[in-house]
Amino acid sequence: MPLVVALPLAGGFLAPALGRVTGSGRWAAALPLAVAAAVLVLVLAMQGRGDEAAVLWMGGWKFPVGISLYADGLTRLVLLVIAVIGLLALVFSMDYMRQYTSPSLYYGLFLLMLAGMNGVVISGDLFNIFVFVEIAGLASYALVAFGTEADELEASLKYLALGAVASTFILVGIAIVYNVTGQLNWAKIAQAVQGAGGPSLPLAVALAFFLMGFGLKAAMVPFHAWLPDAHPAAPAPISAMLSGVLIKACGVYAVARIVFSVFGATETFGWVLAVMGVASMALGSLLMLVQADFKRLLAYSSIGQMGYVVLALGAAAVMQARGVSEAVVALAVFGGLFHLVNHAIFKSLLFLCSGSVEYATGTRQLKELGGLGARMPVTGACLRVAALSISGVPPLNGFWSKLVIILALVLGGFYTLAAIAAAVSVVTLVSFARVQRYVLGGAATAAAERAREVPAGMGLATVALATLCVASSLVMLPSVRGVLVDPAVRVVQAGLGRRAPQAAPVADVARPACPAVSGAGAPEPRLDKPAVPHPVPPAE
Amino acid sequence: MQGMSLIVKNTTRLVAGFIALFGIYIVLYGHVSPGGGFAGGCILAGALVLIVLAFGEEYSRRVLPHGIAKTSDCLGALAFLLVAIAGYMAGGFFVNFLDRGEACTLFSAGTVPISNLAIGVKVGAGLFSVFLALAMFRRSGERGAGGLLSPRSAAHNGDES
Repeated sequence: MPLVVALPLAGGFLAPALGRVTGSGRWAAALPLAVAAAVLVLVLAMQGRGDEAAVLWMGGWKFPVGISLYADGLTRLVLLVIAVIGLLALVFSMDYMRQYTSPSLYYGLFLLMLAGMNGVVISGDLFNIFVFVEIAGLASYALVAFGTEADELEASLKYLALGAVASTFILVGIAIVYNVTGQLNWAKIAQAVQGAGGPSLPLAVALAFFLMGFGLKAAMVPFHAWLPDAHPAAPAPISAMLSGVLIKACGVYAVARIVFSVFGATETFGWVLAVMGVASMALGSLLMLVQADFKRLLAYSSIGQMGYVVLALGAAAVMQARGVSEAVVALAVFGGLFHLVNHAIFKSLLFLCSGSVEYATGTRQLKELGGLGARMPVTGACLRVAALSISGVPPLNGFWSKLVIILALVLGGFYTLAAIAAAVSVVTLVSFARVQRYVLGGAATAAAERAREVPAGMGLATVALATLCVASSLVMLPSVRGVLVDPAVRVVQAGLGRRAPQAAPVADVARPACPAVSGAGAPEPRLDKPAVPHPVPPAE
Repeated sequence: MQGMSLIVKNTTRLVAGFIALFGIYIVLYGHVSPGGGFAGGCILAGALVLIVLAFGEEYSRRVLPHGIAKTSDCLGALAFLLVAIAGYMAGGFFVNFLDRGEACTLFSAGTVPISNLAIGVKVGAGLFSVFLALAMFRRSGERGAGGLLSPRSAAHNGDES
């Protein structure tokens, strides 16, 4: 389990060290690709364990000195998304990054970012979540500035400043939590909060800090200002990683983990999340309509689409508190997580397509593009698939997840929210129809005249993602859903159920509470290795 | 940077070696006394930074070529990870697989001193590289080259919204 962090970390340091040997050709990508593939294999090997939650105390050191890693259904789902998108973004980079200098530094930072995100997801205590958020964050600040043009540096500085504010909020939150509970391990904190019968005032303040900090990382609407600058400024594969994965791993996953698994979601938190979600959805999608820059438009659409995920999770918390039936709550959570996966796929595909278009034409202003459908058939087809998918056109994956979310909202009695969600979907459709019209349709412009199809590596990555766009509709099938998404749904739902005694009578034989919380006594973490006695605690 | 006055240079000549030695001491005795890889590495980097300040960047290349600083930064981190991964030989990540020896002596505590050494190299070389990068950035700002700090960058990209 620790290898999913250790391998990219090692690769991240090895790639720049080997920079002189590998040069700037295709070979520079060999090591990162191998690492990403190995991580994907490891993550795949972790799948299919159902509701099992694995805890690993590093070096055999037990609580309270040890540092733990933790993997349950939610962890495994997010890890899988990171690994798949990461590998494909690297495949794309192989050809795309030849426009830039010093690729070994790029790959080093890329792998560091990968290690940071995996670490956030797999970490068993709050402080290490912070450390890994910082690792991923620092790598991404540098990657946004990778082109070192004036606007890229400005975007990176803005991102850095707001990211630092977010990290400070998170750190203050952790400090408060540690002061109140004396714990950093989040399973233990959950236990302490549970034992006290819910968060006290200081803990509620800490939760507000977490919400602000991770909300900033997730670019939810009051905190979204950095994203439309930062995501377009980065090289295309990095935009894909930032929009497709980073805001989910460091933002939404962390919010879900802390709000649901640690503090237990109450109706108030649920409403806060739902309101933020609706605001993100509406604002992101409306601002998307007026963008002239291809990648900037995609960045706004990321804000809007993440709104769906947050809305679904928040609404699920509210439903649970109001005593809506378990099945509907599960449906809402499933819709949210399914949309998270889908958004990772189609948004990274859109960003990669925008990268291909920029590679071929040298511009990303929509008005300067046109007629690329005929000149770049593969990229054009992939772009069409992604655009239809994000607009929610059946039978692509975006349709199913939006359908599930809207259905759950209607069943839960949130007719207004459901109507807004549906309306936003129409706005998205309009916006992406505009993209297709400008980029693919019409007569070829001056920039598009000399456009040719992109090299094979870039084409391969986009085609693979487009295939995934279609294939991930299969998650609607109960058998696939049961293996991939349902364990994650149950993890989130366990966090909901913890403080909703009036909820429908339990049909939850299969529903595990947060494992460290379920027992009355101390948790029994599964140890891969018995503890090793040692007279002296380890130095740092 | 062309270096500072003779007084500064001579003082640096006297103390830089001792600062570095103290840094190495802190790294090596990290597991038996306060300190450790990070603290010792910072002191080591302090010695190198002092040399850059007093004698200028060119001279510091003779003490520690910058390419080597960058490479050892990476290698230090790798060594630390290797120690952690080598723990798999004894059953798990970060497991201390070496003989622990007698407590509170220099050669004790198994893998901990090795990890400290790796961290010391990583932090020393890393902080030094960070300092050099910042110094380079300042120079390019002074020359006005590259437009890094030009006002142009402040007024671009107005949001249409």
